[in-house]
Amino acid sequence: MTWVLRHREMALALLIAAMVVAVATYAPAFAAPASLLGVLNDTAFLFMLAVGQTMVLLTRGIDLSVAANLALTGMLVALVGQYGPDLPGPVYLVLAAVIGAGLGLVIGGLIGGLGIPPIVVSLGALAIYRGLIVVIGGGDQVNASEMGAGFQAFPKVALFGLTSPVWIAVAIALAAQVFLTRSRTGRSLYAVGGNPVAARYCGVSVERIEVLVYVLSGAIAGICGYLWVARYGVAYSEIALGYELTVIAACVIGGVSIGGGVGTVPGALLGALFLGVVVNALPTMQVSPFWQMAVAGAVILGAVVLNARAEAQSGKLILPEARRT
Amino acid sequence: MSTIPDRPPFRLSQLLLTWEVILCGLLVAVFVLNALATPWFLDVYNLADATYNFSEKAIIALPMALLILTREIDLSVGAMAALAALAVGMAAAAGLPVPVLVLVGLATGLACGMFNGLLVTQIGVPSIVITIGTMSLFRGVAQVTLGDQALTSFPPGFTTLGQSYLVKWPPLPLSFVLFLALAVAFTLFLHRTAAGRRLFAIGANPTAALFSGIDVARMRFWLFAASGLASGLAGTLLAARFGVVRPNAALGWELDVITMVIFGGVAIAGGAGSIPGVVLSVFVLGFATFGLALLNVSGIVITVLLGLLLIVSIAAPLVIRRLAGVRG
Repeated sequence: MTWVLRHREMALALLIAAMVVAVATYAPAFAAPASLLGVLNDTAFLFMLAVGQTMVLLTRGIDLSVAANLALTGMLVALVGQYGPDLPGPVYLVLAAVIGAGLGLVIGGLIGGLGIPPIVVSLGALAIYRGLIVVIGGGDQVNASEMGAGFQAFPKVALFGLTSPVWIAVAIALAAQVFLTRSRTGRSLYAVGGNPVAARYCGVSVERIEVLVYVLSGAIAGICGYLWVARYGVAYSEIALGYELTVIAACVIGGVSIGGGVGTVPGALLGALFLGVVVNALPTMQVSPFWQMAVAGAVILGAVVLNARAEAQSGKLILPEARRT
Repeated sequence: MSTIPDRPPFRLSQLLLTWEVILCGLLVAVFVLNALATPWFLDVYNLADATYNFSEKAIIALPMALLILTREIDLSVGAMAALAALAVGMAAAAGLPVPVLVLVGLATGLACGMFNGLLVTQIGVPSIVITIGTMSLFRGVAQVTLGDQALTSFPPGFTTLGQSYLVKWPPLPLSFVLFLALAVAFTLFLHRTAAGRRLFAIGANPTAALFSGIDVARMRFWLFAASGLASGLAGTLLAARFGVVRPNAALGWELDVITMVIFGGVAIAGGAGSIPGVVLSVFVLGFATFGLALLNVSGIVITVLLGLLLIVSIAAPLVIRRLAGVRG
């Protein structure tokens, strides 16, 4: 039992399982396989974005522009789909990843290259990207009727009851897990976040790592942009408005530290799943959708309190209070 | 043995390169360009109406500047303003008199702010995380209470507060006068009192500040309380100006307010900044926005321009310093 509690991921997984059981006893329909798969399908975007944000947070950064990047890339890809030939979905997926990575490179360059605080750059980029959607789209939205069949079909392709966004999320999560635990560059993300000065003396190019994480986060946001627009059949300026904070909340619940250097991919995924279960459980329990935000807020605060307790007991760091300052 | 002077020697070049002076130049440029572009910009009543659009956010920017100065941040300000406006609206619907309405708004904001302060100081988690949670919580409570309804019944004495000029000539709205008065108070507090100096110490090095006998947690708590109180005031003014409260009131204000503070030269890493800088930034951003709106530039393009302005304003000094070969 103590082993379970010492591993945050295990504790969180148990908590989620307990929550599913609790909801299922109240509303048995929630535990039906189709319903549980629906939760995963609904949470696919949050999985992907949380993995991307985790890599950024590990380096002591923060990317507030992911939702705006998602919406802008979604609009650009939708315009390509509207005016170009109807191409198969994976082509748009690659295109979206490239556009998203480009938007990530812009902020990564400003953060890593010029040393501007990440919160400032991504806050400014958020405003710019959101605005550009309206400027580029001419204030119009792209509707489902204007998108090609191939464009819209891809996110609805399902295997074992799970749609393609979930499988893409799995692929991204596996790749990120291998990258962060098995590769030299991936490990250096922890070094940069844990102690940037020490990382530099160890020969890690802090600037290059910083640029890299924003490019990766941007590419993931771009992929989500295409899948989001194609799944819901509409591209406009307010898609995923404010979603960046949900993504950060998922990471924090999953034990990724805002202070950098601490966090894992499984943790971030569980944090996202936790929020996904909460959001999906409310309607099945006949709770008014107006409660959703208040419950999400209370849940985030509760998780943060529990995490803070767990971190206080871990005793991994010598002089923990010296870490942040 | 050489002596270390109490003050650095006076250099005109250094004075001219301070951020406040650059902001003054920008403000003059904004006025000159706008006046040249449209003959209506320099109308006194026009300028007075321009202040309506930024005064409420500017009031929140003052405590936000102190928070960012001490390495904290409060993302829940918009939600607190909305909750305060909601409380005012419900009190008005219950038929309470105007002074009580104002008190209800202020008390709601203060209570939310103290809740934030309590969580931040007791849990020891970065305030950005805590206030993401409380932002959702406060806004959620407003949604649960109001649903898709709106509160629209306000006594005329209350809406007059938000819709008429406090001073007839020059025309000055109440919200703008309150902002100016609070700006003076915050300037005196931050730059002329011992407590204000301690905020700089906390921002520069919280651990050192703690060991030098500053009650860091207590100061943080009261800063969050002040942020709540200011948000409560802003929410009350918003309700009085519009005469209607919806759950999505003041949505996204937190980012506008943080932009005002950072553009005002307050270092996001803490320990540096000034209230006059924030006030100048409020004027530059406010009047630039208003001028562009007069020129029929759409709101969303203005958003893009303000985002660019924020990044360029922070990037430019860094680029100049790098080109000059100085390593920071």
